[in-house]
Amino acid sequence: MNHLADLFLSPFQEFIFMRHALVACLALALGCGPLGVILVLRRMSLVGDALSHAVLPGAALGFLVSGLSLYAMTLGGFAAGLAVALLAGAVTRLTTLREDASFAALYLISLASGVLIVSLRGSSIDLIHVLFGTILAVDDAALILVASITTATLLVLALIYRPLIVECFDPGFLRSVGGRGATMHFIFLVLVVLNLVAGFRALGTLMAVGMMMVPAISARFWAKQVWSTALVAVCIAMLAGYTGLLLSFHANLPSGPSIILTAGLCYVFSVVFGVHGSIYARHRKGEHLEG
Amino acid sequence: MNSIFLYDLTLGYDGHPAVHHLSGVFEPGSMTAVVGPNGSGKSTLLKGITGILRPLGGRIERGGLKISQIAYLPQQAEIDRSFPITVLDIVALGLWHRIGMFGGMRKGLWGQAGQALSSVGLDGFERRPISDLSAGQFQRVLFARLLLQDCPVILLDEPFTAIDARTTADLLGVVHRWHDEQRTIIAVLHNFDQVRSHFSKTLLIARESIGWGNTTEVLTPENLQLARQMSEAWDESAPACRRSVS
Repeated sequence: MNHLADLFLSPFQEFIFMRHALVACLALALGCGPLGVILVLRRMSLVGDALSHAVLPGAALGFLVSGLSLYAMTLGGFAAGLAVALLAGAVTRLTTLREDASFAALYLISLASGVLIVSLRGSSIDLIHVLFGTILAVDDAALILVASITTATLLVLALIYRPLIVECFDPGFLRSVGGRGATMHFIFLVLVVLNLVAGFRALGTLMAVGMMMVPAISARFWAKQVWSTALVAVCIAMLAGYTGLLLSFHANLPSGPSIILTAGLCYVFSVVFGVHGSIYARHRKGEHLEG
Repeated sequence: MNSIFLYDLTLGYDGHPAVHHLSGVFEPGSMTAVVGPNGSGKSTLLKGITGILRPLGGRIERGGLKISQIAYLPQQAEIDRSFPITVLDIVALGLWHRIGMFGGMRKGLWGQAGQALSSVGLDGFERRPISDLSAGQFQRVLFARLLLQDCPVILLDEPFTAIDARTTADLLGVVHRWHDEQRTIIAVLHNFDQVRSHFSKTLLIARESIGWGNTTEVLTPENLQLARQMSEAWDESAPACRRSVS
């Protein structure tokens, strides 16, 4: 019994940075779960990825100006992510390029400038910190930031839930009743950028999006409605956060990849054994119903 | 009651007209079929009337109707039917004019949604996800939503395409009920027999109006021949249209 407690509880009892990291992961899971589900439903899974890369040059600029300062890097990352989201939207509206293509072009430009900026000043260790995160860096201030962003995300999502969901599957209807689909889409993108910025401190810019997408994609195999899928995604993300942190602690691995790989295991399990549309569910031989 | 006037209306994409210099009126309470070959501007016209598409030239007067008072049923392909949402949730969206973006659904409103669903013959389908429905059942769901929208003007874009005879008959019954309630109905249709037996007015369109009036006078062999001859393709090097308002 004691042995189990050593394994599963004591890292969090003994070390304050582990507690901070755990709380940050749980909070991130709450916001990222529903956002990821909606990204998947809008067929924008890769747009989340693009946005997470787009955050880098802003965070790097903040780093260049004031070192590993939480606020400078957060603000810079948010501004850069938002700029890419806005520019991609503008290019899509003004030209014939489709949204995924304009996102791809802009995030690559953004990523390249980010790496360039970091290499101008910092060492490669710094770059690795920005790209993959440092769990030790989650201090009180970072925790408050993550919690605030999660709270704001959930409140705003609750407020715009109805028009946002309708915009996903029947934008024509939303327009015909005078709903502002484009505004909802934009608010939603702002929330995505905010949560990516919240995640990059603990998980790094490259891994933050994993907390959003992998649980959401896995959850599609377990639930049939938007709200229930979001709930499953939150649970998977929380489980991945907790297990990933333990793994990283005991095996002395970087935390970001440990957490996302744990979520990846959930994904593989869901693909094979999920209730809806998984390999098992589709190939199960059994009796069919009468009618 | 409100007429919908079109004054020298041109609608299109990238400057190319899909509806060209169209003038006329949809009388209040009228039931008009819009027919014409593919690419003749039928759907574009409906999108113009709903306000989704802005005119390239001319104007539409909706007689004081707000955009939200014009209900619009798009072609089925425009809705993502794999989306994880239940039938009752879709129908309840018809109450948007009552609940808006943020309002709550009171118990009575859920009851109304359920009634709308049973009046299109889908009792007991409330909790089903829309991905489980056939094309015909899904069209019934969208009609239930239109019922709740309770609009004086209803636009239907190919409502009976790929729908079986029984469902079509049921839904035509709903359309007739709307007509009896003095609502204005404009429907894009391809089946001339359907048009002749159910719609008193017809607009035959091939980018420009070939005929607009009583169905028997519009759907003549000569007019249909004329409509078929209009070319579908855009002329990339077409000069700017200089036609003046007639």
